[in-house]
Amino acid sequence: MNDMMKKLTGDSSFDLGNWVLDNIVTIIFWVFIILGMLTAKDLSLNGFFTELCNRFYRNAFLILSLIIPVIAGLGLNFGIVVGAIAGQLAIIAVRYWGINSELVGGTAFGGLGGLLLMFVIALPIAAIIGWLTGTLYNKTKGQEMIASLIVGYFGNGVYQFIVLFLIGAVIPVAAAHPMILYDGVGIRMSVDMGSTTYALDNLLQIPFVPFMIAAAAFVLLFVLWNQFIRKPKVEGQSYKMNPLKFWVYVILAAGVLAYFVMQLMTGGPMNDVRQVPVVLMLVIAALAIFNQWIMNTKLGQDFRSCGMNQTIAEANGINVDRTRVIATVISTVLAAWGMIIYLQNMGTLNTYTAHNNVGYFSVAAILVGGASVDKATIGQAVTGCLLFHAMFILSPEIGKAVFGQAALGEYFRTFMVYGVIGLSLGLYVWRANKRAKLAMPKEDEE
Amino acid sequence: MNNGILEFVNVGKEYSGHAVLKGINMDVRPGEIHALIGENGAGKSTLMNILFGMPVIHSTGGFTGEVRIGGEDAKIMNPHDAMMQGIGMVHQEFMLIPGFTITENIKINREITKSSLMSKVFGKRMESLEHAAMATDARKALDTMGMDIEEYTKVHGLPVGHMQFVEIAREIDKTGIRFLVFDEPTAVLTESETEHLLNAIRKLAAQGIGIVFISHRLDEIIRLSDRVTILRDGEWVATEETKNITAAEIARLMVGRALTLDRAEGDRKVSDEKIMTVDNLRVNMPGEEVKGVTFDVHRGEILGIGGLAGQGKLGIANGLMGMYPVTGKVTFKGEPLDVMKTNETLKKGVAFLSEDRKGVGLLLQSSIEENIAFTAMEVHNKFLKKVGPFTLTDDKAIRENAEKMVKDLDIRCTSVTQNTGALSGGNQQKVCVGKALSLDPELLLVSEPTRGIDIGAKKLILDLLKDLAEKRGMTVIMTSSELAELRSICDRVLIICEGKVAGELSPFDSDEVYGLMMSGVSKEEAMKAAGAAQKKAGGEANG
Repeated sequence: MNDMMKKLTGDSSFDLGNWVLDNIVTIIFWVFIILGMLTAKDLSLNGFFTELCNRFYRNAFLILSLIIPVIAGLGLNFGIVVGAIAGQLAIIAVRYWGINSELVGGTAFGGLGGLLLMFVIALPIAAIIGWLTGTLYNKTKGQEMIASLIVGYFGNGVYQFIVLFLIGAVIPVAAAHPMILYDGVGIRMSVDMGSTTYALDNLLQIPFVPFMIAAAAFVLLFVLWNQFIRKPKVEGQSYKMNPLKFWVYVILAAGVLAYFVMQLMTGGPMNDVRQVPVVLMLVIAALAIFNQWIMNTKLGQDFRSCGMNQTIAEANGINVDRTRVIATVISTVLAAWGMIIYLQNMGTLNTYTAHNNVGYFSVAAILVGGASVDKATIGQAVTGCLLFHAMFILSPEIGKAVFGQAALGEYFRTFMVYGVIGLSLGLYVWRANKRAKLAMPKEDEE
Repeated sequence: MNNGILEFVNVGKEYSGHAVLKGINMDVRPGEIHALIGENGAGKSTLMNILFGMPVIHSTGGFTGEVRIGGEDAKIMNPHDAMMQGIGMVHQEFMLIPGFTITENIKINREITKSSLMSKVFGKRMESLEHAAMATDARKALDTMGMDIEEYTKVHGLPVGHMQFVEIAREIDKTGIRFLVFDEPTAVLTESETEHLLNAIRKLAAQGIGIVFISHRLDEIIRLSDRVTILRDGEWVATEETKNITAAEIARLMVGRALTLDRAEGDRKVSDEKIMTVDNLRVNMPGEEVKGVTFDVHRGEILGIGGLAGQGKLGIANGLMGMYPVTGKVTFKGEPLDVMKTNETLKKGVAFLSEDRKGVGLLLQSSIEENIAFTAMEVHNKFLKKVGPFTLTDDKAIRENAEKMVKDLDIRCTSVTQNTGALSGGNQQKVCVGKALSLDPELLLVSEPTRGIDIGAKKLILDLLKDLAEKRGMTVIMTSSELAELRSICDRVLIICEGKVAGELSPFDSDEVYGLMMSGVSKEEAMKAAGAAQKKAGGEANG
């Protein structure tokens, strides 16, 4: 088995046991989802995909915001919670003005314009918060992840103080405004996104099946081009995948392509899946490209240097602290925007709870994709997002099918979220210790 | 271009009133290979830190004297200035990022970039990398040294010899490199790799680069260098043309100092009973790796372990106490000892005084009595009393024991309830000894017992260790960087070099033998060379 894998991957150091261990979290989720699909009998395929796509559009941006801090050596940034808070502050401001305008029959601060204004307002808030957070991470080197958790809680406290007390008590607002609590101080439990709801989703939509056909065809062509035609930029380097990976990609892409063409021809259930918001997909793709592009700049190289070894980066004159702050600022700003995208899809902002689980869920999702404390890629973020939410959708179904109670499945979700984070962190430390043992001086060293 | 001579003129440095460098004069000519040698603490690193304008120098009040290049004050205030002056360093511990390719490592923070729209808006750091140009530069630097490894391979997994060359390639890729410092470059290399490296260094020198070669391997210095400068205790001892000096003479100049600690008596009688045998011990202590040492310890003796820093001498005691991953066979009193089980080892009667007194040895926020009792409570359940189902500390017994130790060991303190953090280094060390004695050990491992302790207190600590062996019949293994103190109380001294036992010496062997052995020369050769040198010196004196 192992020898076969060695041959297939063309990698003589390939070890099946290690590979399974490295990808154990992802494997557990695949198994769970496949079992879930088999047990949950009354699950409709189009309903599942509609829900999955919806959640993907909502969350992908947030999850992608985690990549840069991981590469810069800050670990998993649970502190994106404060980014989300910055986004919510921007939403509250814009919605306040928007509702004012709606009250007199206007449409100012609504729709796409209102949404873009939210992005603009969130930017400086998130940047300042990110700078403060980054500075804190520099003071707590080695404990960034714990610091980031605490930053989330602290940010939550400050945020509640602002929206529950300062707005109204210090910041003058109209006491009769529908967003303000009855006594004129503080924001109500939920804020309606009004006409900014789906502002991005609804811009341009195409049906799911043709989209999937186009996507699968693109992946197939890209893989073939990459394998046979692409010339490496630097001589001697190769972009070629190992044969196993290549064939897995080709068969998967071809299979998906064939399946959706069939669906199109026969008018199968996939035709009922929610339409694809093209502009939102482009925004997500743009962020992915941005991530990729920035890694190819001087700044990106500095991120990698700091992430791999701070001492060496410092010794070579890289301003490590500043680089880490920049990474945190970027992450926080992206998280703020990600939260706005998330909420325009939800339609309502739960003022006091919306941001609470953003950190845990996003971190769990990227871990499910196979990322770890010191490595994360766009592919892992995307896979993780899909797998994680598939688990989320399936859990109540499995609970219903196996125990006759959907609620049990819901508990199971929570268990999976924290379990994944715990397992990943534990495995990371365990592997690091194992490496230290392997580094023992060898017997035959002469 | 490279016509300037690098000169140190009367360079001195003090750390809070304590002089570590005194009036050093030294010069390095372009195209010359100048070896720099000295024991630990001789001032080599401080001198190089001055040359590179390291923050540790300038944040502690700078230095006296001048560093001149081409006759002018070089004004090096930070590492960047040093780089601009064309001074480079090849570090002893590799400053390479394993996950990066060779090119990326060579070009770290000096990446070639081209401007883009984004960089015009957001600044230079947004410029994109020119991988092809970087690869070309890296190739050129590798070719200069005749390295045929591919520049796009990852550093991770390269043989150490190749890593060394990547380090050098990075330095010579910096434009206008004029002087290159090699800090123990051969310490981790195999023989053939060393040969390759020495050739590369000669090649670089031939191109007009001035080389400072720091090494403890005398044979390499003799083979490679044009001149050699010897430092001792922060002072300049000699600068000689290498062809006019022998390895034994260098060794004598390096070690030879007036012994500040005299040995009171001659050989002590030690029993033949082996209390501990160590067979092929390997310890993975970072920076102090032990690569297979074998030795016996006799009951009642004081065994010294000496050697230069980083050679693994500290790893032995730490390994025996299971502080780092260990392989090898250890027996204690005839029974096999699983050293990874520290608690067992302590129970069987082995105690350890760590070189890291403040980190591992003492709880600085706790009182003297608590410190003394702490380990004994954990290991032997001493100083505890049972009250019903609860086990409580026996404060009275703790107090009595601590007061006895204070009296026996002459610990200077206001009372046994004083915090150990408030004590002087020497008294802290005595508290550590007291703590170890409360375990009633048969074998005491002591690492760097006099580090950071002033000279008067040193003598007290050493006398104390001697008393333990002589009066209480305890066996002591003492690890120290200071040969003088090893030779003042030990019965035998093992010299550790490159993770192995280079040989066993008597405390009465000559300075030359000690110096040569620490440089990795075998005992027979060291004895022969030292004998020849002494004969020569004797002959000169007679003639």
